[in-house]
Formats: sequence, structure tokens, C-alpha cells
Amino acid sequence: MSETFKGKSTSRRAFLRGAAAAGAGALGAGAAKAATPDPLITETQPWARGFGDGVDVTPYGLPIRFEDDVVRRNVDWLTADTISSINFTPIHALEGTITPQGCAFERHHSGAIELAKEDYRLMINGLVETPLVFTYADLERFPRENHVYFCECAANTGMEWAGAQLNGAQFTHGMIHNMEYTGVSLRTILAEAGVKPEGKWVYVEGADASSNGRSIPMEKALDDVLVAFKANGEALRKEHGYPVRLVVPGWEGNMWVKWLRRIEVTDAAVQSREETSKYTDTLEDGTSRKWTWEMDAKSVVTSPSPQAPITHGQGPLVISGLAWSGRGAITRVDVSKDGGKTWETARLAKPGEKMALTRFYLDTTWDGKEMLLQSRAMDETGYVQPTKTQLREVRGLNSIYHNNCIQTWWVKPNGEAENVEVS
Amino acid sequence: AVFAGDYGLGRPALPEEIAAWDVKVMPDGRGLPEGSGDVWTGDEVFAEKCAVCHGDFAEGVGNWPKLAGGWGTLDHEDPLKTVGSYWPYLSTVWDYVNRSMPFGDAQTLSADEVYAITAYILYSNNLVEDDFTLSHENFTEVEMPNADGFIVDDRAETEYPKWTGEPCMENCKDEVKITMRARVLDVTPDEEKAEAA
Repeated sequence: MSETFKGKSTSRRAFLRGAAAAGAGALGAGAAKAATPDPLITETQPWARGFGDGVDVTPYGLPIRFEDDVVRRNVDWLTADTISSINFTPIHALEGTITPQGCAFERHHSGAIELAKEDYRLMINGLVETPLVFTYADLERFPRENHVYFCECAANTGMEWAGAQLNGAQFTHGMIHNMEYTGVSLRTILAEAGVKPEGKWVYVEGADASSNGRSIPMEKALDDVLVAFKANGEALRKEHGYPVRLVVPGWEGNMWVKWLRRIEVTDAAVQSREETSKYTDTLEDGTSRKWTWEMDAKSVVTSPSPQAPITHGQGPLVISGLAWSGRGAITRVDVSKDGGKTWETARLAKPGEKMALTRFYLDTTWDGKEMLLQSRAMDETGYVQPTKTQLREVRGLNSIYHNNCIQTWWVKPNGEAENVEVS
Repeated sequence: AVFAGDYGLGRPALPEEIAAWDVKVMPDGRGLPEGSGDVWTGDEVFAEKCAVCHGDFAEGVGNWPKLAGGWGTLDHEDPLKTVGSYWPYLSTVWDYVNRSMPFGDAQTLSADEVYAITAYILYSNNLVEDDFTLSHENFTEVEMPNADGFIVDDRAETEYPKWTGEPCMENCKDEVKITMRARVLDVTPDEEKAEAA
């Protein structure tokens, strides 16, 4: 075996490089030379001898049991109960950009309701020529569109305003998911009813007890808002609004009304509870911003991170992360390993798409020393993701929502990572 | 119409259907049904249907929302945002209580009960006297203390120009110190427990 390797000079060089790196104090085996033959190779394993499951065992599959830590998580002290509450997408364990629906975060105000397609009705009323009622079947007969967009809760990273609190990217940045939606443009549906000239806003509300009513300016409603009934190829999950939800590209998740039941054209904003008491951002002088709809450019390193420590020792290290902007496509992500003293431009796995998650990588070599890892997103408007200090200078500490600050992970020599703030 | 579609899908909504679902109330009072309720009636309804979570005086129980208090705290370190200290419009109180409260038993209150509860919340916030009666006729005369406390999103002026352009790549700071650690706070759920939940 070794003689065969000797004859292939490129493989031998690669082998030696790997061995040298592993020899410099690595924790794992890495590319180190095996002392004894590996029984997983030399002994016939059960899966190589007998049968696996038949095709009739799993009509609709769940992830293999070894991945049972890749799940939504709840933080019980955040809210008074679990009905009007939030859980978190395990972004630390995911790759690419598409969020599996089964572990995509949930945010409800009166729980995830069960609404059958047969019972579903969508009403358009207000300042329209003809108020209309649609059934689910009606919606499937309008021309369709497909788009990938992120849905980020306005409160994502909100617990971190005052300092470093929750130890994991899932908890600090996991109120987000990114799906491919299929639906009908809101423009098409509004046209069917005929919007009157004095119609300046649409008020959208859900079928659930909370209703989650929000006002959206007509310009946005006619631009890119979708009435969606499929996500990632299949029907919406119950907890994500089955059978129909609103998709509002780039705008705060609260406006993505689930179980959508009514769209009213109005001449003014309704100023509902979800746009007065909530989803308004209090500044240091006590005044508050309202209608802060767009989610600004943001990024986070998903690995290494507190829930995804380095376990392989020194040598090649993949720094992986997500970037997104509600104001257009991500054009660049920079990564710092020293808390922002110096930056390297990362590689985008694919060119950024408007209002969608973008995966970035920095392929690097870890020398086993501590790092203060940061990522900094830029979008097509030229906007550069700010630090928390910069945000606090403008807003103070009580905004609750829209925290798009640069995140720092302190990676220690043992490979563990911690959520920290740095000067 | 600005534009009109021609797919011929859907059917006209009937007035009864619109009335059943379109219950929103605007800041100028549009959408309010006829009716009225006084503070003392509100006190009774509140005690029966609301106080278990929101407290006898709307001051909140445990982690449940406080509906009264917090006046003048919005520029403090830890502001208390309630109907009295924060909410700009009374219409929102009526609308939200009417369509979404009590939590777990929404859309069960009569219009008069919602007027009474709204009157009681105003009283709990020292905004009306105890003999006050709220009705669709005097509704818009009530002034909310924080009505002028909101500005429309101004990030385009106050933030975007500051944070646009080529960022620093090298020698961006002399020194970096860790100033805060999540481990010290230790409020993250441990993963075993979270999985069991």
C-alpha cells in the first residue's frame, strides 16, 4: 500500500503536509498515520452484510437519529408562556442557505392553529371596486411565482442589546429561516378586486386569535409581496401558516402574516397593536421609531461557534457563516480573527440573491491560538454591517428590535467558543 | 380603479361577511361600534376576565404584561412600556382587546364590555376619573400621553450614510479586549434540557 503511494508524488506531498499539521499538537487523529489497521475497514460491518430498511418503511422521513440535536430550541425565560413565544432555528448545524422546514423557527402570538384548506377563506375588502372572497382552490388558479427569501424576526439578536447573553448562534441569531416560496403576487390578487385611487395602504391579518394585523404601504404591496402556499416545494407547515401566508421580502418577520385571512385596502395605517405597542423601537431620548420595516444587512459565523466548537485540532479549518440584507443582495463578507483589527474577504458560496440568505466561507489554517471571530456583511447599497457600539451610539440600549450588530465568538485554544463582546 | 384583474376568480364578499371579519378600529375612531362602558363596570369585567394575568389594577402578574404604570420611564435604563406610558392611540386598545383578548378566549367580549375594560385601563393609568364613561361618541376626545412619542423610521438619514462605503481592512484598532461574556451570565438553556422540552 505504502509503496503504491510512493509512486504518486502529488499524493505523497499531500500526505506529508497533512501529517506535519497533525503532528503539531492536534487533538484528533486528522491525517496522522494509523498505527494499527482500522476495524471499521478490516472487519465486515453489519450494514455491509444484511439489509437496510425497505422503501415502505418511511412514507415521509425525518432526519436520521444521529442528527437529533439539530432541532428547534426554546428559551423558557424569554416569554410568559409558550403560546405567544419564539423558538430558534439550529443555524449552527445547518449549511447552504435553504432552511429545512421541520426545524425552521416559529413565532406565534396565540399558538400554531390548524386550518384546513376546505375551511380556508381569504377576503379582500376596503377601498376596492369589488370586495372578494377566495377559497384555497381559487388561489391555486392564479399565475404563480417562485422566490427564495429570508424571514427574520424583528427581535432576532434582541436579547443581546445589553450585552452578551445567550451562548450559541442558534439563540443569538436563530429567529430566521430561508425558503423557496411558491405563491401568487399580492399585486395580482389586489388587481382582481380593483384598488381605488385613495387606497394607500393594505392591512393584513391572520385567522388566529391574535390576528397579528399589520399595515403595509401600497408601494410595497404592489412590488414584491407574495401570497404563498408552498415552501421548499411542499405545503407550508402548520406552524408556518398552513395553508397560506404572506411573504414580505426583506421586511421584519412580524409582517409575514400567517394563516392569512383578510387583506383590506385603506387610506391610512391602522396603527394596530403590532405596530404601536410592539415592533416600535425606543431610542435613548424616549422617542420611538415606528414602521421600521426593513431588516438591515447582517451576518454571523455559524461554525465555529459556541454550539459548534473546533474538535479537530490545528490545521485546516472551515469558517462558515450566513449573511443577508433586507435591502438587496449581499455583495461581500469580511471575516476577522482578531476582534476586528484586521479583516480578510471571505468567499461567497454563490453570488448573493436579493433578500435571501447567502453562505460565506473562509478556508483557513488554525494555529491553535485563541481567536476573536467576527463577520461583517456588505450589501449592494454599499451599507456595511455596523458594530454593536456603533448601533448603541445612535439608538441606545432599549430598541429591542433590529439588532444587526457584528457578532464576536471567542475561540479558545481548546477549540471551545463563547459569545463575547469586545472593545 | 387603479388597475383591475380579469381572471374572474373569487366571488363578491357579502356585507355580513365583511362585518364579521372587518372589525378593525382606526386612530380617528373609524370602525368603532355603538356602545359605552364606565370605569366601575370595567373594574368588574376586568376582575372576572383579565385580572388573573394582568392584576387587579392592570399592574401585571408575574411575567404577564403590565397594562398600567411606567409613566415617564421611556428614557430610563429599563423603560416600562404600558398603555398609559407608551401606546399612542386608544383605538389600538379597543381593537386589540376586542379581537384578541382574553388570551385563550378571544372574541367573546361584547362591545359594551370592551368600552368598559378600556375605560378601566384608562382609569388604572390615572388618565380619567372613576366616574368616567367611555362611548363611541367621546372616544376620540381621550388624549394618550405618548401620542407624540413616535417618529417614522429615519434610518435612511441617521444611519445609512454613516455606515456606507469601503470599510477598514487593516490596523483598524490598536487593542481588543473582551468586555462581556455570555458564560458569566449563564442563562442559556443546556442542550439536554432543551431537547427534552
